[in-house]
Amino acid sequence: MNISMNALRALVRKDLILYFSNRRSLLITLLAPILIAAFFGSLFGAGNAKPSRIPIAVVDLDNSAVTGKIVAAMQADATLDVQPMAETAARELVLKGKMRAAVVFPANFGADASRAMFRNIDKPQVRIDYDPSQSITLQVVNGVLAQHIMKAVSQTMFSGDGANPPLASAREDVGKSAAMSETEKRDLLGLFDSVERVQTRFSLDKTTGAGTAGKGGMGGFELPFTTKAEAVMSNRDSKYNGYSQSFAGMSVQFILFMGIDLGVGLLLARRLGLWKRLRSAPISRSLLLLSAMASTTLIASLLMLCIYAAAIAFFGVRIEGSIAGFLGMVLSFGLLTATFGLLIAALGKTPEATRGLAVLATLLLVMLGGAWVPSFIFPEWLQTVSLAIPTRWAIDGLTAMTWRGLDFSAAIAPIAATLGFSLLFGAVAIWRFDWEE
Amino acid sequence: MLQANQLTKTYGDHTVVAGVSLHVTAGEIIGLLGPNGAGKTTTISMLCGLTPADSGTVVIDGKSMHDDINAAKRRIGLVPQDIALYETLSAIRNLETFGALYGLRGGELKQRAGDALEMVGLADRAGDKPATFSGGMKRRLNIACALVHNPDILLLDEPTVGIDPQSRNAIFDNLESLKARGKALIYTTHYMEEVERLCDRVVIMDHGRVIASDTLAGLYRQLPAAQSLTVELEGTVNVTALSREAGVKNVQQQNGRLIVGMDDLAATSAPVLAWLAARGHRVNHIASDRANLESLFLNLTGRQLRD
Repeated sequence: MNISMNALRALVRKDLILYFSNRRSLLITLLAPILIAAFFGSLFGAGNAKPSRIPIAVVDLDNSAVTGKIVAAMQADATLDVQPMAETAARELVLKGKMRAAVVFPANFGADASRAMFRNIDKPQVRIDYDPSQSITLQVVNGVLAQHIMKAVSQTMFSGDGANPPLASAREDVGKSAAMSETEKRDLLGLFDSVERVQTRFSLDKTTGAGTAGKGGMGGFELPFTTKAEAVMSNRDSKYNGYSQSFAGMSVQFILFMGIDLGVGLLLARRLGLWKRLRSAPISRSLLLLSAMASTTLIASLLMLCIYAAAIAFFGVRIEGSIAGFLGMVLSFGLLTATFGLLIAALGKTPEATRGLAVLATLLLVMLGGAWVPSFIFPEWLQTVSLAIPTRWAIDGLTAMTWRGLDFSAAIAPIAATLGFSLLFGAVAIWRFDWEE
Repeated sequence: MLQANQLTKTYGDHTVVAGVSLHVTAGEIIGLLGPNGAGKTTTISMLCGLTPADSGTVVIDGKSMHDDINAAKRRIGLVPQDIALYETLSAIRNLETFGALYGLRGGELKQRAGDALEMVGLADRAGDKPATFSGGMKRRLNIACALVHNPDILLLDEPTVGIDPQSRNAIFDNLESLKARGKALIYTTHYMEEVERLCDRVVIMDHGRVIASDTLAGLYRQLPAAQSLTVELEGTVNVTALSREAGVKNVQQQNGRLIVGMDDLAATSAPVLAWLAARGHRVNHIASDRANLESLFLNLTGRQLRD
């Protein structure tokens, strides 16, 4: 037993010295995940960063008071970065990808829209030219347009500004309509009468400075509600930090790459005859594998702690949840890395061929595990499938202990799953390991 | 000290080692000689417990290796054919790592590691990494790593491959020194010169079998002639007629070369050349040699040792 412990210590110490003495490799292993996580974190909502506004071109061929109000309202909208311009220029900029969309108000839009307010005929058409690679923009622009057009047009209808031409025109159209029954005509004209009474009162209020005009007056149709968005965090004082998600993903990815190095290193050691020398010593095969597992678990855990130290120091990531749970995740993922490396060594034949296949397998694991984009945006079927991927559990566990701020109980399932996969990988590795040089 | 009896190893349909028996005693070097693929490395692997034999036994001082494999391993030092070192670990760290596998620790480990480096003449490079060493220095360190636990038996699998003559001589000096200290050494090689210089006894292997085993003098006695005359000539010689000439022990002809075995080169070579000239054979080149393991192997197998 003493000889075994002595040998185990010597082998682990040797691996640690070999790994940490290669400063350049160590630096790359640490810097690569930090830099890439910083990049992804900044893309996916880092801390207090404001979302960028969507660049939109507006072409106003009407130049009416109504379209003027709509354009002004769009320019004031925090979602959009609106630039009025000529139609050809707008289309060219969309084509070049400089603008996400161009909104074109046709001539006579204001009058036609007001007339169409109460009738389902002759609606003017607003054309939206959009970049097909940015199709989500279309939905945003549609929503914003609907809000501002309804407000501006209804305001015009109800305010009576401009000697009330829209209402007079609408009354005339209804009177001439052959399609409407007398009852419908009577009801609509009654509505117009009511509107006219309101407009008259509004005009008097404006003159005297009292009534509705004094309180903001005829504002047109408004959204009948407001929203208050609140990020759900366990700690109300903390804020979501996109870096927490990206650091979980990138640390998992690059530490798994380190596991590949272990596997390929074992194959190289076998080729160099080192396994022959080690196995000629009075130690068991299982002790040799155990030493490789122990040293890799230690190295992987230390690397992850270093990466998270950088995340905490420079990117505001915080362990909002259980520290014990976080450390448990780090250690269990370290073990997973070690057994993954052993599995690679067991299934691989030559170092050269194995490295390529192992990189491919790792990229698939991290991609499906949600290291590149969070798994919650996967399709539902893929979310279910990814439960069979160990990296999914590791990333979920790390994010649960960081930005989600959950307690230790939330770490138990990810730790257990990660250990379960480690056991599986380790068992297959021991079963398939080719000891003969 | 070490006795191997009827060791056999088969991979699939291919029998790599077929009933090999050999022994080595304290203060003795035996050479395991054979061409590439003869089964030398597999035999060494079975002797040091790396590869289990399909049949046969390895006994060390009367105890079967299988009864206590770890006890047997502690008495054996293996020098693999490859340079099995951690290139980026210092020489002394390499030795300490391998020494610790045998239960050495603390001051004793440091002392043994230092002694092993001293033995192979690398004490002044203890802190340097093998990556900075020459091929010969790496080979010497490769041997030192097998010595760090002070084994009684040293198994060396072609330990001088690819090194310069100076380093080779340094290694030979080390091995002779170990022999003088009472170690038992088994030395595999396909270089007959190494065996002739180092070994007390020689075991010749071919196709997994022992085809000859004796002292050098005993092996040479198996040869039909002590010396040979090799003649490159044109035309086909009547080998039977030449064999009947006085002093000629045997004659072989292949690929335009005539090899004439004789016991007295000075007395026999001139009549042989005159005999050839009298029969119109134009001689292009003449060389003489004394009997060696190469010719013994050729005689036993009909093939060159390095084919």
